[in-house]
Amino acid sequence: MTTLFGISVPALMGQLLIGLINGSFYALLSLGLAVIFGLLNIINFTHGAQYMVGAFVAWFLLDKAGLGYWWALLLVPIVLAAVGVLIERLMLKHLYKLDHLYGLLLTFGLALIFEGVFTKRFGSAGLPYSIPDKLSGGYNLGFMFLPTYRAWVIAASLVICLGTWFMIERTKLGSYLRAATENPSMVQAFGVNVPRMVTLTYGLGVGLAGLAGVFAAPIYQVSPQMGSSLIIVVFAVVVIGGMGSIMGSIVTGFGLGIIEGLTKYFYPEASNTVIFVIMAIVLMVRPQGLFGQR
Amino acid sequence: MATDAKPQHEEAAQPLVSRDELWEARYHRNGFVALFAILVVAPAVVYPVFLMNALCFALFACAFNLLLGFGGLLSFGHAMFLGMAGYVSAYAARSWGLTPELAILAGTATATALGVVSGLIAIRRQGIYFAMITLALAQMVFFFCLQAPFTGGEDGIQTGPRGKLLGLLPLSDSTAMYYTVLAIFAFGFFLIYRIIHSPFGQVLKAIRDNEPRAVSLGYRAERYKLAAFIMSAALSGLAGATKAIVFQQASLTDVHWTMSGEVVLMTLVGGLGTVFGPVVGAFVLIAMESYLSELGAWFTVAEGVIFVACVLAFRRGILGEIEAWLRRRRHRR
Amino acid sequence: MRLKMLAAAAALALGVGSAQAQISGNTIKIGVLSDMSSLYADIGGPGSVVAAKMAVEDWEKMHHPKFKIEVVSGDHLNKPDVGAQIARKWYDEEGVDVIVDTPNSGVALAVSQVTREKNKAFIGSGPGSSDLTGSKCSPNTIHWVYDTWMLANGTGTAVVKHGGNTWFFITADYAFGHALERDTTNAVEKAGGKVLGSVKVPLNTQDFSSFLLQAQASKAKIIGLANAGGDTINSIKQAAEFGIVKGGQNLAGLLVFISDVHGIGLEKAQGLILTANFYWDMNDKTRAWSKRFAKLDNNKMPTMVQAGVYTSVLEYLNAVNAIHSDDGGKVIAQMKKKPFDDPLFGKSRVREDGRNIHDAYLFQVKTPAESKGPYDYYKLLATIPADEAFRPLKDGGCPLVK
Repeated sequence: MTTLFGISVPALMGQLLIGLINGSFYALLSLGLAVIFGLLNIINFTHGAQYMVGAFVAWFLLDKAGLGYWWALLLVPIVLAAVGVLIERLMLKHLYKLDHLYGLLLTFGLALIFEGVFTKRFGSAGLPYSIPDKLSGGYNLGFMFLPTYRAWVIAASLVICLGTWFMIERTKLGSYLRAATENPSMVQAFGVNVPRMVTLTYGLGVGLAGLAGVFAAPIYQVSPQMGSSLIIVVFAVVVIGGMGSIMGSIVTGFGLGIIEGLTKYFYPEASNTVIFVIMAIVLMVRPQGLFGQR
Repeated sequence: MATDAKPQHEEAAQPLVSRDELWEARYHRNGFVALFAILVVAPAVVYPVFLMNALCFALFACAFNLLLGFGGLLSFGHAMFLGMAGYVSAYAARSWGLTPELAILAGTATATALGVVSGLIAIRRQGIYFAMITLALAQMVFFFCLQAPFTGGEDGIQTGPRGKLLGLLPLSDSTAMYYTVLAIFAFGFFLIYRIIHSPFGQVLKAIRDNEPRAVSLGYRAERYKLAAFIMSAALSGLAGATKAIVFQQASLTDVHWTMSGEVVLMTLVGGLGTVFGPVVGAFVLIAMESYLSELGAWFTVAEGVIFVACVLAFRRGILGEIEAWLRRRRHRR
Repeated sequence: MRLKMLAAAAALALGVGSAQAQISGNTIKIGVLSDMSSLYADIGGPGSVVAAKMAVEDWEKMHHPKFKIEVVSGDHLNKPDVGAQIARKWYDEEGVDVIVDTPNSGVALAVSQVTREKNKAFIGSGPGSSDLTGSKCSPNTIHWVYDTWMLANGTGTAVVKHGGNTWFFITADYAFGHALERDTTNAVEKAGGKVLGSVKVPLNTQDFSSFLLQAQASKAKIIGLANAGGDTINSIKQAAEFGIVKGGQNLAGLLVFISDVHGIGLEKAQGLILTANFYWDMNDKTRAWSKRFAKLDNNKMPTMVQAGVYTSVLEYLNAVNAIHSDDGGKVIAQMKKKPFDDPLFGKSRVREDGRNIHDAYLFQVKTPAESKGPYDYYKLLATIPADEAFRPLKDGGCPLVK
């Protein structure tokens, strides 16, 4: 066992790698939340439930239609985006003129509905979803055995996160989105259909949540509670990163995953609370978050 | 957070107290009489343990309403006061052998202290950031309770038989326990009523409605908000500590963040910013929970549906709607 | 004259006295309190309700009682407060006389306390913690099937004897996991082994990766899984994913049910050593009953917990019938009076501390090649006689034992 200053390097590296994997999920989910909050000023408490539904849809596709993982990656975000569009059109759009906190309460209620329905139907123990064959097996890195699938999760999340960031910050469509939320009436006057942009943005955020659900299905087991355990942590990530900042949530997501991994090695009892402690400190010192501007 | 409908106060011209305020006072008095008359005789008809559960949550919801309905601050972490007080109260009863009223006092004191600490941290921020800080603090309390040896983690604390109030009155009898809980609830409820209708309460409402204006008038808004927060925390703790004695146990359920969501729902359903609303909301929800418990997860779904319905169409809550209707009727005469 | 009056008074008193030994409402209500929707639902759950109803039906056919028997059920959601509340409501409001099953030791301990307070009866087939008949024993509680001491001394000792002498525990962080880790540590150390460390994991965790890595880093020969149900299934599946066994360490499932093996699959579960008190394929009686059960429960073979619910209800009803009373303390005392022949568990006896003792068996999970069909999963390695399988009466610290 190699040690450096009394630290077992293999064990530490192992926890850091697990932390990076968790961080991928934090980044993906907080990205969706940040897109929705940054562009729409809605706090989407349903995000965890939408992630859970994404995992279930993937399971359905496999169980009922025989469509495997790769199909799920394509179809689930589309299904979830459609769900998001429905939610926005039917319910959220009535709340824009009210205090933000009503949006929070509505989405909280929706999360309860989703979770309750799925728990009733499926129990809370979790359904199995196997790792796709092309991604099974792993690499022996010496200090740990890294399953291929988990490496894929890290790589794919990075690509998607950076891709989304690029689309929003650097493309014309993205600039329309950003303008539409800063000054809706002026952008509408220019002929851009603002309400449709808003709806599509919410759909995009929800679709991202669904995609994260597909990634999660083979490793975290498909269960109705999978979202609620994660959503609070993801909120913390978004708040720390800066509630409107997309790059902020990506960096913070991966970063906090790593910090959690480090804490698991040095001080395991604190690993659950470290993110909240950081969030409380950030809120006291720099409430707009590390990368936010307000 | 501003509610949609606020009581319209006429300018008090000649009379010292306006006709509207007289009407309000009479309405409240009638409400008290009706409420407590029902509560005093209820155990003859309804399962007392259910009633005690509802009363504890009613107190919790009233305390929460003080902060949200009258102070305009949405806290998403109030479970930490309910649960932490419950743990200390249960532990005091079981391991220190304190009599029930001392155990409840210990729990309430703990919640108050926690309220001071978390209030000092949270009160500097507004709106959504305030809610997020309270959530973060509550999560820290949750994980502390999960891991601290004295709480028993997932197993919770079982206190054993209830003990004697003041060393004299055995509380293992459900009736004795019920009237004790009713007395505690009455104390808390009237205290909150006095706070709301005092000069302090008026300033608090002014800050809720328009903080910059209140500040320009010379009021130190942060002090008022902090005071309201601490009072809300203390009374939530009273509710939690009492509940622990009634049920002879303390558990993680009471410090979990979903409990913070439940109290928001109770207050919203009953009527934000009304006097009786939280009580009604608590009874409605606890009744649903008890009588729908065989349906399991459908209860969660029902809660969600009510949340959504309230936010979209029913923002004033049950009592808010009733009071608005009563006022309309009165002004039509 | 006076003698006649005295005689009449005595007869009246006797009459009143015997009328007091009666069954309230002329109904016996059995409450099956279980985990109906979460990680232990396949171990007890709806299957336990099926078993209880089978027992009531079979007993009524044999005895034609004058009283009615009803079965109700409830979901404790693995939360002690929920379980205790349901128990209280059942006892206070619904006239339930006995609670059975209750997998989840935290809930069982809470229910045991409530049962004692209300002088009802609690016969737990589901929970594991040996504290139920140890420091937390009660005159109203019987621990019916297995416990953590039995598992520890069965599996733990056997594994150490096979060469697994260094251990690392992955422990479910509640009453059951703690008791199992404690009892297994004692057994391992008594057999000459050493425990290198442990990690506590929240109940119903989905992702064990970081805990498995810690176990791997400890380099212990044996990773002891002090958990059950869905937790065990996930631990074993993910250990395969991380190449733990390929890396030279072995897993010891300290509490494994046939439903778990079914969920993991023989491919990943083969070779696991486990201790249990019942297997559907042991003898003709167990086979016949299990096939009847499977027809009523979606073709799933019963676990030892579900078998325990069946026989505990039968014996409870026998005791009620013998003393014609539903007084909890008295019925439990009656059940302790004599040894009996349990139709599924063999010769059994309930001790003063509430511990029901019967033989225990050391099984090993078959390889896929050795198995002839679904649920043909175990081969018998050894039988541990009843008196050795369970913790000696004097070692438990139960206040009821003098």
